Amino acid sequence: MSLDRRQFLGLGAAAAGVALAPGLHLIDLVQARSPEDKVNALTRWGLLIDTVKCADCEACVTACHEENGVTGHNRPATDAQWIRKVGLRDKRTGHVQTLPLMCQHCESPPCVDVCPTGASFKRADGIVLVDKHICIGCRYCMMACPYKARSFIHEAVTDQKPDVPRGKGTVESCTLCVHRVDRGQIPACVEACTKDGGQAMVFGDLNDRDSEIHKRLRSEPSSQIRPDLALNTGVRYQGL
Amino acid sequence: MSEMKRRVFVLCAMLAVAGGSLFAPVHAADPKPVGRVPSPTVKIEKGEKCVEPTDVIRRDHMKFILHQRDETMHRGIRTTKHSLKNCIDCHADPKTNSVLGKDGFCESCHRYAAVSMDCFECHSPAPRKQTGGANTSAAHAPGSAP
Amino acid sequence: MALIHYREIDGRSRGFYALLALLGALVLAGAAAAWYMEHNGHWVTGMSNQIIWGTPHVFAVFLIVAASGALNVASIASVFGRGLYKPLARLSGLLALALLAGGLAVLVLDLGRPERLIEAMSYYNFKSIFAWNIILYTGFFAVVAVYLWMMFERRMNDFTKPAGLAAFLWRLTLTTGTGSIFGFLVARDAYDSALYAPMFIIMSFSFGLAIFVLVLMAACHWTGRVLGDVLLARLKNLLGVFVAAVLYFVLVYHLTNLYITRHHDVERFILLDGGIYTGLFWFGQILIGGILPLALLYHPTLGKSRRAIALAALAVIAGGLAQIYVIIIGGQAFPMPLFPDKEVTSSFFDGVVATYAPSLPEVVLGVGGVALALALTTFALKVLPFLPTSLADADVDPHHST
Repeated sequence: MSLDRRQFLGLGAAAAGVALAPGLHLIDLVQARSPEDKVNALTRWGLLIDTVKCADCEACVTACHEENGVTGHNRPATDAQWIRKVGLRDKRTGHVQTLPLMCQHCESPPCVDVCPTGASFKRADGIVLVDKHICIGCRYCMMACPYKARSFIHEAVTDQKPDVPRGKGTVESCTLCVHRVDRGQIPACVEACTKDGGQAMVFGDLNDRDSEIHKRLRSEPSSQIRPDLALNTGVRYQGL
Repeated sequence: MSEMKRRVFVLCAMLAVAGGSLFAPVHAADPKPVGRVPSPTVKIEKGEKCVEPTDVIRRDHMKFILHQRDETMHRGIRTTKHSLKNCIDCHADPKTNSVLGKDGFCESCHRYAAVSMDCFECHSPAPRKQTGGANTSAAHAPGSAP
Repeated sequence: MALIHYREIDGRSRGFYALLALLGALVLAGAAAAWYMEHNGHWVTGMSNQIIWGTPHVFAVFLIVAASGALNVASIASVFGRGLYKPLARLSGLLALALLAGGLAVLVLDLGRPERLIEAMSYYNFKSIFAWNIILYTGFFAVVAVYLWMMFERRMNDFTKPAGLAAFLWRLTLTTGTGSIFGFLVARDAYDSALYAPMFIIMSFSFGLAIFVLVLMAACHWTGRVLGDVLLARLKNLLGVFVAAVLYFVLVYHLTNLYITRHHDVERFILLDGGIYTGLFWFGQILIGGILPLALLYHPTLGKSRRAIALAALAVIAGGLAQIYVIIIGGQAFPMPLFPDKEVTSSFFDGVVATYAPSLPEVVLGVGGVALALALTTFALKVLPFLPTSLADADVDPHHST
């Protein structure tokens, strides 16, 4: 197989990463899939977030909203948020933590169960998305999501990113940067966290025994948010 | 009941005429001005020729885009031949950076044909910036495509 | 028993046209409100990413629940063979259709993309209770229409009972579906309870009958048709039973939650310190919607007064709206339990009680739905013989002796 320009540049970037980034072990190697191939269930994309390393910064949030063109109108109640920093304080001990919260890309997503049209769906590789072409804007998925991960677009949108269509009257949430993942890149939040944040996030294939995320998950303790719901989330946390 | 039948027939005939007129402009999209009706601006900014023969793409572009839409959205197939982004990359006006606007490729023809499109309520009408992946620190596993 | 005669209402009086004009104006205002919301986007309403469903949904759910309940009077006649209710069966079917149409109009016009309703008809996700409801709602129109036809067409009268049974079973399923919209939501503490389905069914009995009694009293009063005391006394006693049953279900629901430790916080919110929601619960739902109508309906002297009966029915409706407001909006206002034992803060209103105030367009849209239901009823009464010429005791009660 010959390398095309894109892959070549990707390799170059990887080589640069090896040379420059001391925290490279946090960057997972993403398997490139050619554009003609459909996604399959051999892969399941996921995130591992170490809350101990999660710094008091917003690098992931800024990067996500920049990458996906999520802009607001200074109306916090109705502006969309795909990822947010959540502060936790233990009621008894006062222990303080912070972590990023976004769509948890559940294996059994409640949002997909309740969607009347099937607009809310899970791709074979585990990424939960909204097909805005058939979303009627009923917001039942927002009622059903235990993580408050979804936003309704309350007003007209302009200046969308070509890779990230967004429009009034439909529901949206973290796509795990599906447009980047499909071309072999990691999500913008993970990239930003590694570069400018606390190197707290790892992206990778939960099914791949050789992936960084799989190695960490099988050798270190981790947890899910609201494990009582047994949703088998694709996003896992450490230090909770 | 013959009166009723007659009415139904007239109604059907009217609908047929109305429906037919919707498709007429596809065949009549000649650049020659016809009467007082302003003809659409068909400016191709980039590339030698379209991904399909002109008569095919004129008639069936919506089918190609619709098919590709579901392939990309649900199966993650990212081939560019029939993708909306690919249309826009070639057809956006470099001055306005858009396929919309009075002389925009998509809008002028759709306005002429009186067919509404809601693609751009969500999709950007601007072409992509040249993306090469060089601006990322993502790592590729070499040659691992199955 | 004398044969029942049905006749269209005259519908030529100034009052009739004034009523239609008023209702029509409210329907138009509702349509304008919907257009305003769709044109600007939902940020102009009180709804947000925290309070996802607002006042339109309160009205829509109330009307849909009441619609299935309004059919009960017909079911009592056809399915349970109570002859006394038979003259009321046609009106009961009509109200069921009209209320459902009003509720669905509100629900649909609040969608983010109402013009894509065709998607909801062509793409189905059969695991979604919403998708099931789309089938149940449209099917309800068909089933009740057939049922009405069996009642209207003398040659088909023999089939009234099976058609009525089908409609009765369908409406039970429909309200189960409506209640399960909330019952099947695992994410939020206030929902996620199988009790919602039967509670919604009993709520539908109560709200639907209250609306039926009011419409019946108004229609008879305005058209000068006699409404006998025996019939009205039966209806009001039945309403009292339903109101008490709703109170019972509310009691069981809250007792269950009070027993389960992890639900203590949401119970404290609704019952004690939830501000407007606590107020609406105790004063709106329990006092006005429950205790007041029970007192009025079963009072030895007041219970015979028509004004008191009408007031009781109005109170049931007001209390019902309060109840659904507390369920839908109160249930969302309480923060989602993401991290037990932690105080949660974020820029996305995690860990805080969400604020919500109904906006004018939302209220106007909701009222427009009510007006649509009443306008459809008023108009239908004029074009088809839904209402008996007399509901005097001697005409409807086989055992009545004067």
